[in-house]
Amino acid sequence: MIFNILGLILICLIVWWFWLYKPTQVSANEGSITVIVEGGTYQPSRIKLPAGRPVTIEFLRKDASPCAALVLFSDLDISEELPLNQSKSLVLPAMSPGEYAFNCQMQMYRGTLVVE
Amino acid sequence: MTEHARHQMESKPSKKASSTVTMTQELIIEGAGCASCVGKIEQALNNVSGVVKAEMNFALRTVSVTGSVPTETLIKAVENAGYNAKSSLGQAEQDLLEEKEEADQGYYKRLIREMSIALALGVPLMAYGIFVGEMTITTGTERLVWLMVGLMTLGVMLFSGKHFYVGAWKSFANHSANMDTLIALGTGTAWLYSMIVVLFPYALPEMARHVYFEASAMIIGLINLGLALEIKARGRTSEAIKRLVGLQPKTARVIRDAKEVDIAIEQVLRNDHVRVRPGEKISVDGVVIEGQTSIDESMLTGEPMPVAKTTGDEVIAGTINKSGSIVFKATRVGKDTALAQIITMVKRAQNSKPPIGRLADAIAAYFVPVVMIVAVISALVWLNFGPSPAIAFAMVSATTVLIIACPCALGLATPMSVMVGVGKAAEAGVLIRNGEALQTASKITAMVLDKTGTITLGSPKITNIHLVHASNESEVLALAASLEAGSEHPLALSIVESAQERGLTLSKVERFAAIAGHGVEGLVAGKQLLFGNEKLMLDKAIVVSDVVDVAQQMASEAKTPIYFAIDGQLAAIIAVADPIKEDSISAIKRLKNNGIRVVMLTGDNRATAKAVSEKVGITEFFAEVLPEEKAQKVAELQMQNEIVGMTGDGINDAPALALANVGFAIGTGTDVAIESADITLMRGSLHGLADAIAVSKATLRNIKQNLLGAFIYNIAGIPFAAGILYPFFGVLLSPVIAGAAMAFSSLTVVSNANRLRFFKAQAH
Repeated sequence: MIFNILGLILICLIVWWFWLYKPTQVSANEGSITVIVEGGTYQPSRIKLPAGRPVTIEFLRKDASPCAALVLFSDLDISEELPLNQSKSLVLPAMSPGEYAFNCQMQMYRGTLVVE
Repeated sequence: MTEHARHQMESKPSKKASSTVTMTQELIIEGAGCASCVGKIEQALNNVSGVVKAEMNFALRTVSVTGSVPTETLIKAVENAGYNAKSSLGQAEQDLLEEKEEADQGYYKRLIREMSIALALGVPLMAYGIFVGEMTITTGTERLVWLMVGLMTLGVMLFSGKHFYVGAWKSFANHSANMDTLIALGTGTAWLYSMIVVLFPYALPEMARHVYFEASAMIIGLINLGLALEIKARGRTSEAIKRLVGLQPKTARVIRDAKEVDIAIEQVLRNDHVRVRPGEKISVDGVVIEGQTSIDESMLTGEPMPVAKTTGDEVIAGTINKSGSIVFKATRVGKDTALAQIITMVKRAQNSKPPIGRLADAIAAYFVPVVMIVAVISALVWLNFGPSPAIAFAMVSATTVLIIACPCALGLATPMSVMVGVGKAAEAGVLIRNGEALQTASKITAMVLDKTGTITLGSPKITNIHLVHASNESEVLALAASLEAGSEHPLALSIVESAQERGLTLSKVERFAAIAGHGVEGLVAGKQLLFGNEKLMLDKAIVVSDVVDVAQQMASEAKTPIYFAIDGQLAAIIAVADPIKEDSISAIKRLKNNGIRVVMLTGDNRATAKAVSEKVGITEFFAEVLPEEKAQKVAELQMQNEIVGMTGDGINDAPALALANVGFAIGTGTDVAIESADITLMRGSLHGLADAIAVSKATLRNIKQNLLGAFIYNIAGIPFAAGILYPFFGVLLSPVIAGAAMAFSSLTVVSNANRLRFFKAQAH
């Protein structure tokens, strides 16, 4: 019985932690923003950007796994190779408000641009 | 176009700065966080002697500097002001590739090292379990031995599997989950359970006192092995890019101050004069200004025959000079060369995803948490309904479920095939803009071909002049050429050329007007001239009835009759023929053999269109189509539920190319990125169309195989892992087998994509 309750709690925790929780946003209104690619993640992964003007994002890849080598912004038709341990500037075009996902080729590294 | 930076060859005194070339170069600024930095950076650069103007674009973080100062000096000035800068020219593609390969090689070696350590412990442990005895704990001595083994396993996990645990933790902290999460949870659970058995054996029923240290060590070893092999296989998927990048020579021999010097390719400037000797590669794009030669362009266009080049002809970077020595003037350098643009375009297309991959992406995004939930449910089912020792079964099944699921195979299925397929197409001289174009091209059911420049060479020649109310052929031709000198139509060029060949002098044209789809009119030497098709004559009330036979005869010979009227009276009919490309007939046959409906479009009259279409084996054609009607014809075919490919030279076909499901532009080698086209054919041959369709079909088939494999694997593998076979056959999958399966499933996907490398377009 105790196991069943623990199991159900575990399932609820998984659902909440991975799906329902929204990570904190980092705003890039002022100045440039650096996204660190490390350990299977983009940090920060939720970036607030102003709408209607081009923005520069720096990517710094510290992860040697080949999965980290590419970042794709599918909606913007942008794909860029990230060199290891070097920062790479990426210029994003002016965007209309909305959410734009960015990810690695296999969707394991995931991030979101929140354009307002 | 940005003027490229001049890296000065030798340092010159600053007084001389005014005598060196003034140019604009662009720097990328890093670390400029606020708008106030702009002033500081601009000031720092303006203070450098020799700088005329420095202007920063804050949004793009770039600064453009005009002056005659070496890039390094500018970078230093920015650094002194407290920021970092680098040249926008960036590193050479080749260096980037080498760096990437080095990084991959380092990672590969690390994985192999880690794998060896993990298997060095895992394999003997597993052998012991299979051949010697059950890994259960019954006596105190056994407890001690297994405690030692457990600690060794922990050491191996931390040494060989550190990246999994760090990755799992980091993504967990970020509320995301990936393959690392699954591996960390699976191996962690097995180890923790075994450790509980060792430390508190009496907390568990006797039958459940079994340790699984070998599983943790084996899984980590096998997955590292899989990743290492995957890196090797992935390297092969980018072979096409490597080949393209390798085409560019590293140095060029330029003539500066009347001396020939060898300089690095990045230092070649626009308008430099470059010397190329036989057997050497062309370094940048340019126009021949001296000498004659033949050039092998097959690496870019797929055209096997060398092309003769003489003064005024274009040469393309990356092609090979075969016979003569030439000097050419550089017209496009650095990132602007056709080769650089091709590399950029191919890379971008390789990384873009066709719609077919979207489902897998959507699944991949939810996959890992779902697998975690399935693992929990599976454990609960075993605990509630399983035989004893239920707890051990529950642990094994949960671990196996976590380990067998492979989101990577799912995620890799599409991009790996696209990478190889797009590269393969590029090798055949077919540039595919993106994944969507690739996918749609595989489904084309109807192909619309523009006649002029697509089926034919697009360089019409005058074949005969039939005089009506005129007596002097030369006079007629001189007048017609004078009128046409202002026109941009391909026919106009042929008239002007013919007149020049005969040494005729052209007069000035006044009140010139082009009547789209009909012809031209104007005033030459006081004579009112009209030159165009039958419609134009009828519109202007010029009598043509008595020459209908002549015109028809010309048309039936696949020539285009053009009517020429002087002062309201028909003077002559000039017949022009545009030769059909040598291989158009065989290429059209290939398309038809693939079950594709081939339709020809032309602005030409019906009779000529019929003659040409019959020659090339096309049964369906639309004649007398005005340029703006081309798109409408494409739309009509789409209304008949056809997936339409439209092929044109990209100049006046833009709307039709854009409207078609797939627009093919026929390039001539240098105009790479024809904006309105989805696919650009680097050589003129229509075989490029059939090649493009064949490559896209092969790629799509490959993607489907990969997706099917990955889906079946994950969907069928998980129930097996959860123990669905146990009630029927009494077997439960071992976590070690699951680990091996996970490691090799993504490797299988990458290897299958690599099979596409052997794809060969049908011989022609």
